[in-house]
Amino acid sequence: MTKTKVIYKIGDDISTDIIYPGRYMATVLPTETPAFAFDDIQELNELLKNGDNSTPRTIVCGKNFGCGSSREQAASTLKGHNLIIIAKDFARIFLQNSINLGLQTVICPQIEANVGDELEVSEGKVINKTSGKTFETVPLPPARQAIVDAGGLIPYTQKRLKEKLGTKCGNCHN
Amino acid sequence: MGQTVVQKILARATGKDKVAVGDVVEPKIDIAMSHENGALVLNQFLEIYKGLGHAPKVWDNSRIAIIFDHRVPAESKKTATNQKKLREFVAEQGITKFHDIRGDEGGICHQILVENGYVLPGSVVVGTDSHTTTHGALGAFAFGIGATEMAAVWALGVAFNIEVPPTIKVVVSGKMPKYISSKDLILYLIGKISAEGANFKVLEFHGETIENMSINERLTLSNMSVEAGATSGIIPADKITEKYLREVANYKGDIHPVLPDSDAKYDRIVEINVENLVPQIACPHTVDNVKPVTEVLGLPIDQVVIGSCTNGRLQDLETVTNIVRGKKVARGTRLLVFPASYKILSEALDRGYVSDLIKAGAVVMNPGCGPCLGIHQGALGDGERALATTNRNFKGRMGNPNSEVYLCSPAVAAASALKGCITDPRGEE
Repeated sequence: MTKTKVIYKIGDDISTDIIYPGRYMATVLPTETPAFAFDDIQELNELLKNGDNSTPRTIVCGKNFGCGSSREQAASTLKGHNLIIIAKDFARIFLQNSINLGLQTVICPQIEANVGDELEVSEGKVINKTSGKTFETVPLPPARQAIVDAGGLIPYTQKRLKEKLGTKCGNCHN
Repeated sequence: MGQTVVQKILARATGKDKVAVGDVVEPKIDIAMSHENGALVLNQFLEIYKGLGHAPKVWDNSRIAIIFDHRVPAESKKTATNQKKLREFVAEQGITKFHDIRGDEGGICHQILVENGYVLPGSVVVGTDSHTTTHGALGAFAFGIGATEMAAVWALGVAFNIEVPPTIKVVVSGKMPKYISSKDLILYLIGKISAEGANFKVLEFHGETIENMSINERLTLSNMSVEAGATSGIIPADKITEKYLREVANYKGDIHPVLPDSDAKYDRIVEINVENLVPQIACPHTVDNVKPVTEVLGLPIDQVVIGSCTNGRLQDLETVTNIVRGKKVARGTRLLVFPASYKILSEALDRGYVSDLIKAGAVVMNPGCGPCLGIHQGALGDGERALATTNRNFKGRMGNPNSEVYLCSPAVAAASALKGCITDPRGEE
């Protein structure tokens, strides 16, 4: 279970161009992308950069969040701010990128929450502690859960690659 | 029970007789394409190899394609350095399908793959670009993925944990009226089923209208399938596909079209008759905000953009040239033309299109993505309005959140450039 607070609400069909504008696409490293999150929504960009992110903060979104481009920066920029993204539903590539990078995305079709509300996110449900209401979440398909369980796609691929290459000593190059 | 095209392709790519919708499979990848964002793929690929005690090595250097198109020539030192790193990686790994910034072989990735015969009917194609759906026009299963997922493909040659998607069958009938193109059809479809109407699903196109369509027009349909959320937009291969592969792409090997079974099970069927279709336009700021052009006639336009992986092909340039030849682009309106590849530009030069376009006042740019994604070449000023044959009109897409982008066909774009406002090409003869 994760305790979190809603810091922003945003509507339907939020594209990856809004999340991470195309003009920053030459910036690729996950360590460098967070500075440009929602750069065209200045108040949100500043909220993310200046607020306390020691515990996860939540953005509540409408339907089809992350539609558009496959740019992975849209997931890494949000991951860098230690965010939880709760949406009615997500666009496919964005959702997969989030799973691959370990950005916590929650599919919650009925979610009702306002800025400032305290939430508890756990398996199968989101509890809005402020309103007292509970909302069911849609579980990830088991195939995707395997990547989450491995800690992201890089560790998952490493495991698979090790099986293929056979384990070798990392220092002696034999 | 019969299978759809995507089921058959995924069965083949996983060595099975059949797969069912919802099955989790690991298809072997035939082509893995990246553009400049290959720089991030490379970073993630090296991460995967960290500590494994093996030198990083791609699974198959003949199946990876790297094509520079998004920011060509480089607009910044960052892009130039990313391109340099990729060039070095391509040389080190011996990657063969590399298209650098060159006048003899460059262009937009989604045009380069098809015109070089890299994609075949039945191929499984992944690309770190959402418009990878384009390649479904040749009867392939082609879909966009993120950079880390591509790094896994570079390492192992398979896509992990793919769920066999359900398919929406789109049946199109009727003869296309004059000045109506596949762009109008796909905009109409997106407006009808919404920007998420095909999320996590495949669109499979059928019907006499599709059967009579050129590959150029089919590519536009598959390209924009992703704007309805589709994983892929597949057009079963036929004689026209084969003719294109032989005569345009110069492909010499075997071709095995993958066709759906007659009793394939579809998620739903959408039927469209195009006989009375009018020019369509997607208004700001979502691609499904589609209206008949007649509802927005006369709206002033600052910049017209013709090009992109959606509508930058020879047939598109021909349509535009035929409309503007001997006339002038309206003062106060900029007409920017971006051919989708140098092969197309070269043919447009041979046919005199470029000369006609320039004389009319158009600016003909180098092949590439141009201003479509707002990085360089043709950003919009505050309060400006663009009309584009590209594929997205999201807020800020063309580089400025205080501007508007409308999406339309090449014919609407050309007629509007002459008038300086949104114009119906059907009334302008």
